[in-house]
Parts: sequence; structure tokens; C-alpha cells
Amino acid sequence: MDFNAPATANPSDRMRVIGQPLDRVDGPLKVSGRAHYSYEYHEEAPNAAYGWLVGAEIGKGKIAGIDTAAAEAAPGVLLVLTHRNAPAQGKDSDYAAPQLQGTEVLHHGQAVAFVVAESLEQARAAARLVKVDYAAEPGRYDLAQERSRAVAPEPGMVKPETRAGDFDAGFAAAPVQLDVTYTTPDQSHAMMEPHASTAVWEGDELTLYTSHQILHWAAEGVAATLQMPPEKLRVVSRYIGGGFGSKLVVYGDAVLSALAARQLRRPVKVALTRQQIFNHTTHRPATIQRLRIGADAEGRIAAIAHESWSGDQESGGTAEGAASQTRLLYAGKDRLTRHRLATLDLPFAGAMRAPGEAVGLLALECAMDELAEKLGMDPVELRIRNDVAYNPEEGPSKPYSTRKLVECLREGARRFGWDARNPRPAQVRDGRWLVGLGVAAAVRPNPVMDSGARLHLDGQGRLTVETQMTDIGTGSYTILAQVAAEMLGLEVGAVTVKLGDTRFPQASGSGGSWGANSSGAGVYAAAMKLRGIVAQRAGFNDEAVFEDGTVRSGQRSLTLAEVAGEAGLSAEAEITFGDFSKQYEQAGFGAHFCEVRVDVETAEIRIRRMLSVAAAGRVLNPKTARSQCLGGMTMGIGAALMEEAVVDKRHGLFINHDLAEYQVPVHADIPHMDVVFLEEEDDKSSPIKAKGIGELGICGVGAAVANAVYNATGVRIRDYPLTLDKLLKAGMPQA
Amino acid sequence: MKSFTYQRVSTPAEAAAAVAANPGAKFLAGGTNLLDLMKLQIEVPTHLVDVNRLGLDRIEPTAEGGLRIGALVRNTDLAADARVKRDYAVLSRALLAGASGQLRNKATTAGNLLQRTRCPYFYDPAQACNKRNPGSGCAALGGFSRNLAVLGTSEHCIATHPSDMAVAMRALDAVVETVHADGATRQIPIAEFHRLPGDTPEVETALRHGEFVTAVTLPPPVGGVHLYRKVRDRASYAFATISVAAVLVPEGGKVAQARLAFGGLAHQPWRVTEAEDRLRGQGADAANAVADAVLQGARPTEQNAFKLPLTRRVLAGTLAQAMQG
Ligand SMILES: Cc1cc2nc3c(=O)[nH]c(=O)nc-3n(C[C@H](O)[C@H](O)[C@H](O)COP(=O)(O)OP(=O)(O)OC[C@H]3O[C@@H](n4cnc5c(N)ncnc54)[C@H](O)[C@@H]3O)c2cc1C
Ligand code: SF4
Repeated sequence: MDFNAPATANPSDRMRVIGQPLDRVDGPLKVSGRAHYSYEYHEEAPNAAYGWLVGAEIGKGKIAGIDTAAAEAAPGVLLVLTHRNAPAQGKDSDYAAPQLQGTEVLHHGQAVAFVVAESLEQARAAARLVKVDYAAEPGRYDLAQERSRAVAPEPGMVKPETRAGDFDAGFAAAPVQLDVTYTTPDQSHAMMEPHASTAVWEGDELTLYTSHQILHWAAEGVAATLQMPPEKLRVVSRYIGGGFGSKLVVYGDAVLSALAARQLRRPVKVALTRQQIFNHTTHRPATIQRLRIGADAEGRIAAIAHESWSGDQESGGTAEGAASQTRLLYAGKDRLTRHRLATLDLPFAGAMRAPGEAVGLLALECAMDELAEKLGMDPVELRIRNDVAYNPEEGPSKPYSTRKLVECLREGARRFGWDARNPRPAQVRDGRWLVGLGVAAAVRPNPVMDSGARLHLDGQGRLTVETQMTDIGTGSYTILAQVAAEMLGLEVGAVTVKLGDTRFPQASGSGGSWGANSSGAGVYAAAMKLRGIVAQRAGFNDEAVFEDGTVRSGQRSLTLAEVAGEAGLSAEAEITFGDFSKQYEQAGFGAHFCEVRVDVETAEIRIRRMLSVAAAGRVLNPKTARSQCLGGMTMGIGAALMEEAVVDKRHGLFINHDLAEYQVPVHADIPHMDVVFLEEEDDKSSPIKAKGIGELGICGVGAAVANAVYNATGVRIRDYPLTLDKLLKAGMPQA
Repeated sequence: MKSFTYQRVSTPAEAAAAVAANPGAKFLAGGTNLLDLMKLQIEVPTHLVDVNRLGLDRIEPTAEGGLRIGALVRNTDLAADARVKRDYAVLSRALLAGASGQLRNKATTAGNLLQRTRCPYFYDPAQACNKRNPGSGCAALGGFSRNLAVLGTSEHCIATHPSDMAVAMRALDAVVETVHADGATRQIPIAEFHRLPGDTPEVETALRHGEFVTAVTLPPPVGGVHLYRKVRDRASYAFATISVAAVLVPEGGKVAQARLAFGGLAHQPWRVTEAEDRLRGQGADAANAVADAVLQGARPTEQNAFKLPLTRRVLAGTLAQAMQG
């Protein structure tokens, strides 16, 4: 089914099942330990041996010598792989991830050996017996230092540069000018489930249970790395304990378990430790962002420029698209966005929840707060004044499909009691606490991806949905059951959803917030096809009504079970998104409001309350959607106040590599939080009229926090995270 | 594999003897620190002596009117004890400011005193660390030192002692009781229990190998206002950036008696007699002079220099709060 015109009225509009705040259908399995994650396929991989990855202990250089004798002789050890005996593998590419390919060390934590033993403890101990001599070379680990050598990245997802009008002239002529630089640190995804894989070979066929967000990417990467025919590879990823983008990539766990299992003719499993994750896998890279905004005295933006520098490895490096949202959010004639990429010898940079926007908005939305203050204007009003109905770079020819930013801001301001905010900072005291309010806008594009599904209606009237789509903790199982049930007029309880297996039709997977809308549309397409088949079998025309487990036309009604018969009925289809959706600018919008209190003695910052208002198409399930926003808010608070993977600039590694030292918010940091969704349907987005929410939820959150901290203290910190030492150094008021 | 043997003992002296007899042996209490370190091979005992069933889990009054806390009393139970909450509230508050509920249920009094530093370089076997691997150097010097010590450091180590409980015990003049393999006992004032790093940062306490902690005693209560202020980046489940345990007896707007111990500043809970002397007979406005004495000789790194002004501010706030009652 090709989506090439605005969606019209269709069965998904009934909203009997869709739109209900249903509990997760997979909840009972999870809380009772029956949902199997990639490390837990005990029955499918009996007698699995345990792998342990040995990571490089230098940031850059060469392996001068490697001695595995002691490790090989250690009890229980079955195999030690190094670059000397690792099998040949496919070349490095977008998806492939060859391991142990030579003596060159590109980054700390890169695999230099892989030890397999009968038990986890044996593998772990033997890993420490692998003696590696390194010839270390000086590395480039400091973004600020490498900034001057940064270059334009290869055009791709992140545009190196965009212009409209003449920024320099517009800025020079603007009566009110702001020119500020913000920095954001490296961050780790810190999802709960580590990267884990279990590899099982049967003859020349591999089943790889691995924790990955998009299975056809994983399959492509693993097949290319192992140089095996794709049809001999099955990738399974039924349950995933969070990904946040870190599981869009194939790492050593997947490749090395597969290689070792092939050699040993025995299943091999491996889970990375938290410490290994920090340096072996990807991270959100640090950025330096310069923002210049020129406005007239009424706050209308005339010129806006956002430049961002980030770093990555020399080959295959990607830039953090931190200026991307500045192309979309506010009006203004003269515009410039620019991304520059420096070479760093740190672990690979990668996507993390709302890559680009999440950190770009930390800068842009604080700059807007600074501009509002310069103008003596309310920051909510400033944003409303600069609303625009179309892509401001491309002009009215590219309208937004929907854009309710102003409504989000107004509704949020009303509910939050924004009126009560004192625009003069550092005025409000509550005992030991300085209190402040902050606001920020949110935008996150709404990409769509082709997605397929297969439905089977059986003789009992039960429906099974099969698709490669994954559930990374977001609720895919639940919302796909809702879509399927709605389309066929069934109860959710009559639908079984099976996900995360390459034996099922290829799907969008989970990434870029496209999952729910795209895979939901895939299920819609298959359901439309199945409805046709059922109606035809029942002898009905297109007017057939599907309701309460029956199909009806006129006075005649049949149960779906009857129509399906003993053999059942199946339908498979794919939703494809051609150029139609590109005629519109599509994005979700939101507004965040935050109240913080800052201890006047210690400069400790604590959140008091928070509200997010979002408009992001049809909400398929208010409960799972709200959870996405709460998670995004929590992560945004982390980004604002504490998260930083600290680079040891001498040795080129993230040194605070565990969750005691890399801090994310705990319960005590998260007070009452509200989420409100505005009514919206986007008929240009997909037949089910939904949009992505998972990443919108984090976009702008941290800036609302930072703006509240400024309002509370009068101290503007432009270097995230806003820790108490920075506030103290910058002149935090005294008690 | 790093195999180890495991033994349960039935008396404290037996526990001491079992460890004393074996240079690779260690006591196992709650295991919340030791087992983590074993997984990283930072601790590599060859023999574990489980001391959990020795009946040392009681809190009893002493003849002098103080409290004797068994070495195996869990942090949760100690914090919740009615006598502790009434007479030694600073200890209860310090305990509750530490770790998480689950950890406190497991963590023991002795184990908490003996927990090892949280220096990130200590935790990474690939990095130079004199404490983990004597003579290998100190990667924290010139590295990520934001959370590390500013007082009592040496060129060999700038780690802190991470315990909250120990800071309160330092303010309370606790005494650590031990027993040796031969049954001989020793009473170690807490001031002498934790050492400064000097040129042997691997030697952290006054204990000898095999010396077993049986209890911690608290002298009779001194009354006064008990405060524990812990500063940290997140609201819970984080080690102290700095902390202060204060027991202050106000009298007519002045401080009649003061005990101030600080965490997060040094390799031991930090307490300076001169600082307390300066406070005696003074009010909250003496905070700066007191802080001068506390911070005398501080040698911060660029990254942790903020701990000095932070200590001043927290001290000022704590004194002000205490004087308000
Ligand atoms: C994530 C995390 C966060 C934490 N946060 C905090 C915090 O905020 N504040 C804080 O203070 N602590 C914190 N802790 C540390 C925690 O308090 C300690 O791990 C705990 O107190 C150790 O007690 P245990 O009984 O488990 O000791 P164990 O791990 O069993 O033992 C620790 C050491 O003491 C020795 N030992 C134990 N008993 C005796 C004895 N009777 N005699 C002689 N030697 C003995 C052992 O041989 C071992 O060397 C945290 C820990 C974790 C894991
Ligand atoms: S400060 Fe101490 S514990 Fe940390 S690396 Fe240096 S020697 Fe090791």
C-alpha cells in the first residue's frame, strides 16, 4: 500500500481500541521474568559457552604483541580469538562491524581479544590473562582543541550547511543581537539491558539472538561481516531493555559470539559489562554550539545562525546534527546552519535519543531565553511571535502538515501558572531555596519508514500479527495489538503480536521516532488487505462492517471465526511512503515548563515540578505515550543536570564508566510531572494519522530546566551539565 | 578462574584466626563492596571467611552510658534504632543519606567503615593506581579529580574515603573494637582508624591482617543539635561531593560545644580540633574563621578546588541552622 495522498476516513478512526490507555500486553511476561532477552535463550541455546570481550587499554596506537598462552591454559577456556586467528570478515561499512582485524587500535575499548570458556567466571578471569603490549600513539581527544581543524561532514542525514537570505547582513542590521556559545558533553545511553547476543549455528545457518532496534540493519551488518548469505541468517530480538539509539549498531558482542560459535560448533553467548559499554559502543558526542540571533525591538527574529562542532573517528565519522532544529523552529529571513566535524580518537559517536535536536535545543532554547531577557519580553511570547506555518528555510511552498507549537505554549503556560513567574532572576526565595521557572519549546521531525506486516486470522477468530518491528520498551506490542484489533473489530485480547524476528516481514524497526507510526501503518495495510479477503470470502462488498468479532453487511452477519474456517486466512502487506510525505514539513511539537529550586548554600539543583504539552498526531495509547514523555523528561533532566561521560584527555577514554559515577536521575530527582497531549490528527503522516513521540519527549526539556535555573539564580551556565561547581564558580548568590 | 574457598566461623576469635592464618583471606560481611571489587579483580582473595552469623548484630548499652554497635549490625537497623535516633541523630541521618535502601539492608557497620575508595581510576584496572597496584603511579593526578580529596593528600594518592557513616562516627568520637587471632582485643579511636595515604595508599586503616572488628562503641550522648549535610549532584544514591556531620550544643546564642567532621575532603573523615576551638563561645558568624581552620593546608586540584568554597558555604549554613535550633 503506497501512502501517496492525505489519509481519508478509515477504520482506524473509530478509536474504540486505538486511543485507549491500555496496559502493556507484554507487562505480565516482563514482571514474571518470562519475557526472554537476548542473553536468556536457555532452551534454544543449551550448553552455551560464555564469551568475554577484551577491550583495548589505549586510546590510539598499535598492538605490539599479544600473548594468549596463559589465557588458553586457564581452566575451562575453549577459545581465545585475537587478530592473529580471527576469521576473515567483510569490510567495515555502514552496518558491518568486523572485529579483531589487525594490530591497529582506533579507540579505547575496541575489541583486541575474545575469550570463550565453559563458565562466565572462567571467561572473565582468563580475559585478564591475555597480555597485550601496546605501542601507544598520541591521540586527539579534546574537541575544543580539534575544533579549528574541523571540516564539513559528508552530506547525509545531517546537512553540512544550509542558508537562506543573507545571514551576515541581516544579523549586522538587527537592532538586538545575541551571540553565545554553548557546550554539551559526551553522553552514554545508559539503557538498562546491556548489549547482549547468543549465537546458535545449525550447519551453515545462524540464529543470532541479539539486542538490536532494527533487525534488517542488524541482519545486513552481521551477514556482511560474516560474509554469509543473508538467507542463512536469522536475527531474533523479541524483547529489548532499552536502546536509545545505541542498539542501532552491530558491535563485538554480536560478531564475536557468532564467529566463536561457528568455530566451536556450540552456542556462545556474551553480554557486555556496563564498564565495557562506555568505551566499546557508541555515545552521543560532545558539541560546541555557537548561536547568533538578531531581532527587532518587538522580538521578531530577522537573522539566525546556529553552528555546531562535534567529533568522531576519522573514517565513517558522523556529525551530531545539533543545528538541525534551528532550520525548522522559528521564523526569520536570513538564516544559516552549519555542522563541522573534527577528528577524534575517542570511541565512535552515534545516535542517541533525538540525535541532533536533543542537544541542539539545549543551546537554541536557552539562547531564546537570553534573547527574551535582552528584549525584556516574556519568553513564551517571544516564541509565539516567531511561530511560522512553513519550513522557514524553504518558504510557504513547504507547509507544516500540522504545527501546534503556539497551542502547546499557551496551554502549558495556563496549566503551569506561568503568569506567576517573576521575570527578574534570583528574586524568589523559599527558605533555603532559590526558586525559578523556565520554559522551552520542542520540535522533532516525524520521519516515516516503509514497514510490512503479516496477519493471520484463525478458525477461533483469533488474530496473529507478525512483523520484524521491535519493542524497545516503548510499547510496540501493545499499540500494534490495538491497531490490529481496531481494524478487524476485535478485542485486544483476541490479538497476538509477534515481533523481533527476521522470519517476519521487514519493518521500520525502532529508531528516529518512526516506529509506532510506520509499523502501525504497516499493520493497517495488512489489515486492510485482510478485511478485503474476509469480505470477499463472506460474499460482501466493500461496505462490510467489522465489529465485535463479526463481519456484517446489511442484515447478514458472520463471525470472523466462521469466515476464517479451519485453515484460517492470511494477508501480508507493506506500507510504503513515496514522495508524498516530503511535500510537507512534518514534525511533532511541544512545550516544556519547569520549576526548579536551587539550594542557596550548596548550589544543588532539584526539580520541583514539570509539565510537558505535546502535539504529535493521533495518540495511539495515552498510557504508553505518556510513559515515553516521562522517560524523555527524565532523560532531559539528566542531560541538564548531571549526565557527562568524562573524557580523560590524556588517555582517550570515558573514565567514569559505571552507573555510580555516570549519574542519571534517580527517583528522588523526579518529582511530580505532568504530560498533556493536544488533540491532533495528521492525515499527511500515515493512514493511522499518528506521529513519533519517543524523541519529542526529550527535546527541549533540558533547556527548560536550565532556563529555570537561570531564573532562580541569575547565573547563566552555558556548559552542560549544570553542576553545582559551575554555579559556584560563576557567582552563585550567597545566602 | 579466580577460585576461592569459603568458610563460616562461629566466634569472632575463630574468624580472626582463620584470616590471620592465610595471607589471601578476607572477611565477608554484607559483600556489597567486596564482591563488586572481586568481579573486577581489584580484590582477589583466595579465601573468604563469612562473618555474618556471629551474633554481632546487636546494639547494646555500655556501662558508661554509651552504645555498643555490633560489627554486623546492618546500616538500615542502625539508622532505625530508637536510641540512635534520639541520642546520636547525626549517625542515623548520615546512614540514611548513604547508598540506597537495598544496599543499606545488606551493608554492615564494619563493612561500611572498611569500604574502599570510589576513585574512578582505582576502579579501572587498566589505569595506574598506587592504591590498587602500589608503585604504578596515580592516574588521578592530572586526570578526572572532581570528586577527589583536597586535604591530607599525598603525591601518591588523592582519593577520598567514601563513607557517610564514618563521618558521623568521627564527630561522635566512636571507638572501634577488634579482636586478634589469639583473642587479644584492641580499642582504636576512630581518629586513628583511617589513615592518610602518605606513600602507602594501599594501607587504609590501622587494622592488621586478620584483625577482626567486633563492634563500634559510642561514648555517652552529648546532646546538642545533630545535623548531617550531604552535598551531591543528584538527590539520592550518590556519594558525597562533600558532607558535614555537626553536633553543636548552643547556649545563649553561642556555641558551647562543637564537633564538626567532614566527608568528601580527605582519605579519612576530616576533623580539626582548632576549628572547633575557634567556634566555642562564638556564633554562626564565626563560620569563616572556623572554615579557615578546617581547610588549612588544602591542596586542591583545578577540578576540585570548588570544594573549598563549597565547604565554607555548607559550614555557614549548617551553623546558622544549628543556632536557629
Ligand atoms: C551503588 C553504591 C552506592 C553507595 N553509596 C554509598 C553512599 O552514598 N554512602 C556510603 O557511605 N556508602 C555507600 N555505598 C557503600 C556501602 O555503604 C558499602 O558497600 C557497605 O557499607 C559495605 O558494607 P558490607 O557489609 O557490604 O561490606 P563488605 O563488602 O562485606 O566488606 C567490605 C570490607 O570490609 C571488610 N570487613 C567486613 N567486615 C569486617 C569486620 N567485621 N572486620 C574486619 N573487616 C571486615 C571486608 O573484608 C571488606 O574488605 C554505596 C555502595 C554502592 C554499591
Ligand atoms: S587517587 Fe589514589 S586511588 Fe585514585 S588513582 Fe591515585 S592512587 Fe589510585
